[in-house]
Amino acid sequence: MKIIAGENRDWLKGARSFYDIVVIGSGLAGMTAANMLAKLGHSVLLLEHHYNLGGLATWFKRKKGHILDISLHGFPIGMIKTFRKYWTRDIADNVIRLKSIRFENPQFSLNTSFDRADFTRILRERFGVLKETIDEFFLTLRGMNFYDKLSMTTRELFETFFPGRTDIHRLLMEPITYANGSTLDDPAITYGIVFSNFMDKGVYTFQGGTDQLVRKMKRELVKNGVDIRTHCLAEKILVEDKKVVGVKVNDREIACRTAVSNSNLLSTIHKMTGDENFTPEFIQETNQVRLNSSSCQVYIGIKPGETIDHVGDLLFTSEALEYDTEALLSKEVTSRSFSFYYPEIRPGSNRYSIVSSTNARYEDWADLGDAEYQKAKQRLIETTLDALEKYVPDIRKKAGHLEASTPRTFKRYTLHPKGTSFGTKFEGLKISRELPNQILGLFHTGSVGIIMSGWLGAANYGVIVANEVDKFMRSAQSQTQAVAGV
Amino acid sequence: MTKEEVRAAILEILSDIAPDEDLSSIDDDKKLREQFNLDSMDFLDIVMELRKRYNLEVPEKDYEHLVTLSSCVSYLQPLLKNRQLVG
Repeated sequence: MKIIAGENRDWLKGARSFYDIVVIGSGLAGMTAANMLAKLGHSVLLLEHHYNLGGLATWFKRKKGHILDISLHGFPIGMIKTFRKYWTRDIADNVIRLKSIRFENPQFSLNTSFDRADFTRILRERFGVLKETIDEFFLTLRGMNFYDKLSMTTRELFETFFPGRTDIHRLLMEPITYANGSTLDDPAITYGIVFSNFMDKGVYTFQGGTDQLVRKMKRELVKNGVDIRTHCLAEKILVEDKKVVGVKVNDREIACRTAVSNSNLLSTIHKMTGDENFTPEFIQETNQVRLNSSSCQVYIGIKPGETIDHVGDLLFTSEALEYDTEALLSKEVTSRSFSFYYPEIRPGSNRYSIVSSTNARYEDWADLGDAEYQKAKQRLIETTLDALEKYVPDIRKKAGHLEASTPRTFKRYTLHPKGTSFGTKFEGLKISRELPNQILGLFHTGSVGIIMSGWLGAANYGVIVANEVDKFMRSAQSQTQAVAGV
Repeated sequence: MTKEEVRAAILEILSDIAPDEDLSSIDDDKKLREQFNLDSMDFLDIVMELRKRYNLEVPEKDYEHLVTLSSCVSYLQPLLKNRQLVG
């Protein structure tokens, strides 16, 4: 949707001609990096092409008071610490735990509080696994780190501990697939690192909703001196002599010493910076980086005055006989995760909403003509309601607003190639880290390499990159001072 | 800075990073990770705080020295001996 009224407005009005750092994109990583760098005393310009901040940590409103969250439910406990350390105590204090996570599929039906003790209980009682095996599994995962060898896949890891147990593989994999788009064929260490954050101490959400969270973050950014500009599309990162010199945004050039791109890794390199600025070997390696998958979502706003019973906070449903990556990505949807937003999420409100998410492939949606695309979206809504009816009878009567998004929608709002909602596969992380060695002052942050994906991964990667940027800015500064004889 | 001052400086950084931990009973020779709920991000924070407070850069290859309080002190004291709080 284009906002016609704003088309002639100068969204960069009053912006300076130079900033120490320009952050491109206001996802959780971009915002977190911007906030830290401003607190460290650098001048920071934060550019966002959309009218809202947040990237995929976002929400939208519809008539009759519907508020729909895109990705709020189910981040790991580490987010509390991340909020407290890099944002505010107040934001951290509004994180609450989700109580009931439900699985419904042909292999099992169960409810869990999603922590180590409960998974141990379930694996023993329901799946008959020895306690020693379970402990050993948790211990192995906890011990995994970034420097481990990459040859082992998650499938092989599962086969080692739970041979032939496709039901256990499903229990352990399905939530992670929805959280970061990874599959059984990705390196086991990506699973180990994410699992230890994720399926250990429960899953959480932000009380107040995504809108309030982002509002609080925006207030903090402003307080720390970040110049925030929405409706501002960064087109080019300007490079001279292998050094960042500025950013071209809304047809204007703004000088800077450092550009931190929170846009997708591949668009940062190919589109915004340009292959000609990198070594051919680096571009060759970049061309091997695989994008992660995208998503479809169906948003169901419940009519004012209607209520739904508590059926769980997160519900992983599947009709597929076993966990199957192809089936999870297929346009013929058989597996969905439902996020239920009860009134407690927004204290003072009496409204309910449900969001269904499925992983999806851009290619399945890209070439549909208008009529066909609308029909496919309608079908997505109908089949989602069919699946939901089992858990929420009368959902068709209670639903006041129905809307679907597809990989095309994700592409439009995030500008990510192929609408990827989980960045890149593992190999992207090395490329992301390598950027400043190719071009002085060029950094990337955001969902990448599976382990830096999801709310916690993205926000923490924002911190990691902010540290690199601060180090670079300070060394650049002391060099200038040395040259000037200060 | 003397050894004692370096130790106090590290403890101050730790208490900012992990405000919920009781540092009074710290064992200088036991791994920090084993005594407190610290993760790799917390160690990154220590590095960032050292840069911010003392203008000191700890290269990534030296992170391994930040294991126990006493190993922190022996690694940092020579580097900090002529430094003071920035600002």
